[in-house]
Amino acid sequence: MTTTAVPRRAAITAASTVKPPVSARQAATTPARPGLRGRVRRLADAAVTPLELDDVLDVFHPLRAGAPLRGRIVEVCAETEDSATIVIKPGKDWSGHVPGQYVRVGAEVDGVRLWRTYSLTHGPRRDGCLSITVKAIPGGLVSQHLVHSARPGQMLQLAPAQGDFVLPDPLPAKLLLVTAGSGITPVIGMLRNLYSRATTPATDIVLVHVNASESSAIFRDELREHAEAGHITLVERYDDRDGLLDVAHPVTGLASLVPDLDDRLAYACGPAGLLDALESFHAERGLALTTERFRPVVLGDAGAGGTVTFTSGPSAEADGETPLLDAGESAGVLMPSGCRIGVCFGCVLPLKQGAVRDLRNGAITQAVPGETAPEGIPIQTCINAAAGDCSLDDAG
Amino acid sequence: MTVITKQDTNPTSHLTPENIEQLGRDLDAIRQSVLDARGEKDAAYIRKVVDVQRKLELGSRAVLTVSILPPAWIAGTIGLSIAKILENMEIGHNVMHGQWDWMRDPKIHSTTWEWDNASTAEAWKHSHNEVHHTYTNIVGKDNDLGYGIMRVDEDQRWAPFHLGQPLWNFINACFFEYGIAAYDLELGKNLSIPKEKRSEKFQSDLKKTFAKIRRQAKKDYLIHPALGLPTGSVVPILAANFTANLVRNLWSHSVIMCGHFPEGVETFEKKSIPDNETRGEWYLRQMLGSANISGSKAMHLMTGNLSHQIEHHLFPDLPSSRYAEIAPQVKAVFETYGLSYVEGSLPKQVYSAWHKVVRLSLPNGFLATTTAKNAPQQAKLLWAMSTKGKRVRRAAQARLEQTARRQKASSAA
Repeated sequence: MTTTAVPRRAAITAASTVKPPVSARQAATTPARPGLRGRVRRLADAAVTPLELDDVLDVFHPLRAGAPLRGRIVEVCAETEDSATIVIKPGKDWSGHVPGQYVRVGAEVDGVRLWRTYSLTHGPRRDGCLSITVKAIPGGLVSQHLVHSARPGQMLQLAPAQGDFVLPDPLPAKLLLVTAGSGITPVIGMLRNLYSRATTPATDIVLVHVNASESSAIFRDELREHAEAGHITLVERYDDRDGLLDVAHPVTGLASLVPDLDDRLAYACGPAGLLDALESFHAERGLALTTERFRPVVLGDAGAGGTVTFTSGPSAEADGETPLLDAGESAGVLMPSGCRIGVCFGCVLPLKQGAVRDLRNGAITQAVPGETAPEGIPIQTCINAAAGDCSLDDAG
Repeated sequence: MTVITKQDTNPTSHLTPENIEQLGRDLDAIRQSVLDARGEKDAAYIRKVVDVQRKLELGSRAVLTVSILPPAWIAGTIGLSIAKILENMEIGHNVMHGQWDWMRDPKIHSTTWEWDNASTAEAWKHSHNEVHHTYTNIVGKDNDLGYGIMRVDEDQRWAPFHLGQPLWNFINACFFEYGIAAYDLELGKNLSIPKEKRSEKFQSDLKKTFAKIRRQAKKDYLIHPALGLPTGSVVPILAANFTANLVRNLWSHSVIMCGHFPEGVETFEKKSIPDNETRGEWYLRQMLGSANISGSKAMHLMTGNLSHQIEHHLFPDLPSSRYAEIAPQVKAVFETYGLSYVEGSLPKQVYSAWHKVVRLSLPNGFLATTTAKNAPQQAKLLWAMSTKGKRVRRAAQARLEQTARRQKASSAA
């Protein structure tokens, strides 16, 4: 459960002119709403205190404008045995996306809200829905849930679309796309968007798509259709048939698959090994490359402790048996505290990054920026110890 | 009751330290089994309760806008009373305990929840979660023993003020939410300090509580009644809100009295609790210091599962919906270690708690030494104890206790 490999993105070269989407909720709650609307709203808030009007409206219309960003699953369709596309109707405040971007999704997995990021696999759709395509990773809590247990009607929490892994505008004459496994997901979004337009773009696109085997290749048939229609030149590579792709190999490497690769603007998405190889290969040739990384989360040794940093400034070395509360206090942090035995929840602080271990039963809680809940995961500091380096938000 | 260390036979004297640590491990295993099982079903349960409560409250308030019609008034007031009880008991109390924090839903979380009550969530969490749940039933440390206005244990010293405690308790029951707010602020203690010496924290908490009370009152007694203007239902709506608050107060007060005041619940001496109390010892104190209410599923829901007070005190952070399920296992632990699991029906426990409030309004030994024959002298004695200062009171108290002891000894012989 703690070795879950989850995709994490980091775009290396910026190629985007996308404006960061503004959360409409934030805009709606800026101070002193003037005018009649604002006054009516204040009155409505006062009529339902200690709740806010939004809490009441959430019961009836969770996708309205002004609600926290979320979406309802409208369709789950299997792509391969262990992957599925989830079509989501987003709330009214969804501010759109550019193909290639990703979205942070919060799903209730066995009652617990867990956040992950997934590439959007469509351009903007006519029905206003989003789609993500998820590959179930062995042991992956969220991916397994989305592929095998998600059902139409269920709600997902969303964050605005993000990411710089997007095609330039205008498009270059020649493009090279290299993807491996579920690395195809941002790219399929780009292709679907390009070829759903009234005028087909004149760009010459080569897609090198690497998979373990033919049967595990997501979007295999759809990509072949694009190839047959002359949209792209598709190079399919299967590890079980062709062996592992050695990018730099003079005879069987990328240069042999794409002879004119020096003329092409390159984009790649996939596991770290492939991207590292591509980066050094392109750097050597002096070529630009935009990558999107899928990074597994590596968990430290649970019993070993680590460095605990606090957003207010200080940091402390803590062993694996010292409660974070004690570690913070001895570092001079003004920690909230209460019973100190795990009963009162008076010491709860958000874990922004890293892993902690419950000293009572060894349960691990892990926070990954950009992956888990945006505001951090609230934990009890009096009964949790560091399980590797971690950081706590004590400024909130 | 008397603190266990002063009783003729301490109910824990048969347990060795090893027994107590094993008991702790047994209870930890029960806790872990719930943590392992906890999941989608539990999350669905609390979301359902929140959903039903919100719809019930909204619906009842809507019906009340035409409460000039008596049936609408009755239906709306019953609905609003139930909604307020659910909000305070099964939802508010339990969410603020962190029972649902594991869902990582910021909307149902101990750090963000605010409840429909005069006391602020922040102040309540301190006095309840931190003080009461940690120092449960330690005389002089757990202010829940009588809330600072009553004597509910023989080991709390009698004062003339306690003669009125049946009345104080009744008034507190009617206005319980304000009682809780005053209690959470430690109002009595703070008001006895000269104004300029009161802590900044108290001043700011006081301000927050007043703001909260204003907001609450504005909703119940201003905005909602105003919605009845078109139908001429302003006064009925006012009455409905007052009634619903009163019903909620009386109900929650009764349930909460049943948690620690009925006969059979044990209390503890401050100096008998070691500084480094072990987990087993803490568990043992929680086991002896709480009492359950038996009854139907609906009753458990309306008490916020505080009817499972023993299970709640052992595992305050487990989802309330799981208490009923683990109660048989907890009961088995009581049997294994020869401890008594205090449980009774709601009327029985309410009576028992009230009986104690009345009984302890009089000095220790007073009732035992009073007969029809000596009633006039006893009344005189009580008058003297109430009016003639501390020294007379102490001397009379010592005499009363001595007489009561002698009586007991001679009747036994």
